[in-house]
Amino acid sequence: MLIGTVVLAGLALGLCAVLVLTDRLLPAGKDPVTDRIESLLPRIQCAQCGYAGCRPYAKAIAAGEADINRCPPGGEETIRQLAELLGREAVELDTTLGSASMNRVARIDEQNCIGCNRCVPVCPVDAIVGVQQTIHAVIAAHCTGCELCLAHCPVDCIDLVPRDA
Amino acid sequence: MLEYTPDRRPTGGLRLPAHKEASTAQPIARGFVPRRLILALQQHQGPATTPVVSPGDRVLKGQVVARARALRSAAVHASTSGHVRAIEDRLVPSVHAVHRTRCIVIDADGEDEPLAPGKSARWPKDPERQLKRIRDGGIVGLGGGVFPTAEKLGIHTPCKALIINGVECEPYISCDDVLMREEAEGIIDGALIMRDILSAPECIVAIERDKPQAIEAILEAGRASGDTALKLADIPTIYPTGGERQLVEMLTGEEVPSTHYPSEIGYICQNVGTAFALHRLVRAGQPLLSRIVTVAGDGVARPQNVDTPIGTPISELIEFCGGYRGEVDRLIVGGSMMGYALPNDEMPITKGGNCIIVAARSEVRQDFSERYCIRCGNCGTACPARLLPQELLRAARSDDHEMLDEFGLTDCIECGCCDVICPSQIPLTEVFRNAKFAHARYQRQHVFSAETQQRYQRHRERQRADARRGKDLQDNLRHEVETDEAAKQRAIEAAIKRARQRRSHDADRD
Repeated sequence: MLIGTVVLAGLALGLCAVLVLTDRLLPAGKDPVTDRIESLLPRIQCAQCGYAGCRPYAKAIAAGEADINRCPPGGEETIRQLAELLGREAVELDTTLGSASMNRVARIDEQNCIGCNRCVPVCPVDAIVGVQQTIHAVIAAHCTGCELCLAHCPVDCIDLVPRDA
Repeated sequence: MLEYTPDRRPTGGLRLPAHKEASTAQPIARGFVPRRLILALQQHQGPATTPVVSPGDRVLKGQVVARARALRSAAVHASTSGHVRAIEDRLVPSVHAVHRTRCIVIDADGEDEPLAPGKSARWPKDPERQLKRIRDGGIVGLGGGVFPTAEKLGIHTPCKALIINGVECEPYISCDDVLMREEAEGIIDGALIMRDILSAPECIVAIERDKPQAIEAILEAGRASGDTALKLADIPTIYPTGGERQLVEMLTGEEVPSTHYPSEIGYICQNVGTAFALHRLVRAGQPLLSRIVTVAGDGVARPQNVDTPIGTPISELIEFCGGYRGEVDRLIVGGSMMGYALPNDEMPITKGGNCIIVAARSEVRQDFSERYCIRCGNCGTACPARLLPQELLRAARSDDHEMLDEFGLTDCIECGCCDVICPSQIPLTEVFRNAKFAHARYQRQHVFSAETQQRYQRHRERQRADARRGKDLQDNLRHEVETDEAAKQRAIEAAIKRARQRRSHDADRD
């Protein structure tokens, strides 16, 4: 009786210590829920959801802080997939957030570009090329249509055009 | 010529009623000259050709009307003489569906006047120039895949065997059968020319067992040629053993890896019609002007094989065969398994058009009521690509793209065996065909998103590094200035100098 109790209690304490130690010492693993949510998002980093990018939005969804209808470029399809993954109700897209769409790309009007270089650093995927005092251009194959550059152009020379035009 | 029976059995497949008796009863009908030609600029897999004639020009039979610019292309020739009427967009049947593509429309003058053979008619010795001649001769795979022949013969991997495909396993189609019966010498000659280009150690002609006359004719021609590298394999009559991948596996035991061509593992398959076209190009200098087309079905007055000029409207071809008969349900291009219905008969015969089925009402399935999948597994047994159609169906209908990948949707050859054998009449092939489009779109999207994410991460890292570097510089400067009086002076001077430079630079610009 006594031996049994001591052995079992010792085992329990020992294993408990092992678990606590591994939890403290080993590096925190990846966050699989956030990863899966992020993989369903379009990942174009438009920030129209109100978060700094797709990853922060995915984190917020995983934490239950954000609704799943805040991704304009993903649209109904993304909402449907997120609802399926998370077992939530599919809700209507919040259309007040923006209108970014992956079917469009930015195009710089070369007649009006003044080479101010303000759009280059704000492009999240480095799709705009050009140095100061020269005409800039958009690499259409890399552009995600996130609209972030539009507001930074002082002469309003960036337009969104259909992707295949 | 050695005749042998491969000891392997084909994977999956079905024995189907052949429906070839009517069209093989007569010899090939020759000498047909259409009143109009519709020549599509893209009749092959690869970039379209560039027209070199303009409306109003008179063209002669055999004249190039559109040139091949790219390597993976093949020229288009006028298949009879006449005047160019227009160059316009039209609907044309291609490999899997009807496509809108640019066409040269020619009004034939009925004289069928041939172009005088040029002085360059001699077959060159240099392999590069041989391939160029094949490309300019407009030759593409005539089995239906319309892959440019020059591209296929120009591979750099060493060739283990050349396989001449005379299997023709699909119901209704008999154009290869009659061609082998009537032009066996030409086919063997074309095959040997290909063998020389590829320097293949052996050349296997594969023919289905239900074509004894064709086998006899090919054997005779093979013996007459006296070439010891030639072999004839008789293949069991099971659809779809004539598919390139299926045939290679059946003959050699080697499975063609997913997303690869058979040529990448050293086997080149060429259709018998292609071999014959090459023979005519090399020996007579004649480009690809016509092909044998099977006109079959109970809805046409005289089912037969016709030597048809490329670009002939289907309506004229059917007229040549005695016109429509009785109640015609639909017009199918290709065989009864992999072919598809056409919306009208105004479209032309293209280089890949091996068969036109004028299907009477009695020949077409009328009951399309679909029932539940009962999980009998027959589709998996029949699948020649070793897929599990019932699982694919589930994935396709629920848009589960990961599962579609896992179960190998892209390996589906759309042969239709699962459709035929399904007791619940589920249109599996149709579902897969549509799912392939959606899946390709999904994959493109997925790749783009993943690349975007990487670009974004690199962008962020660079921004952070820049910010850190800027802060470090500032900190260093501040530290120096606060501790050392001389350094403070130097910093002030440097700042004044920078400001001056900037001012003079601005003045220059103004």
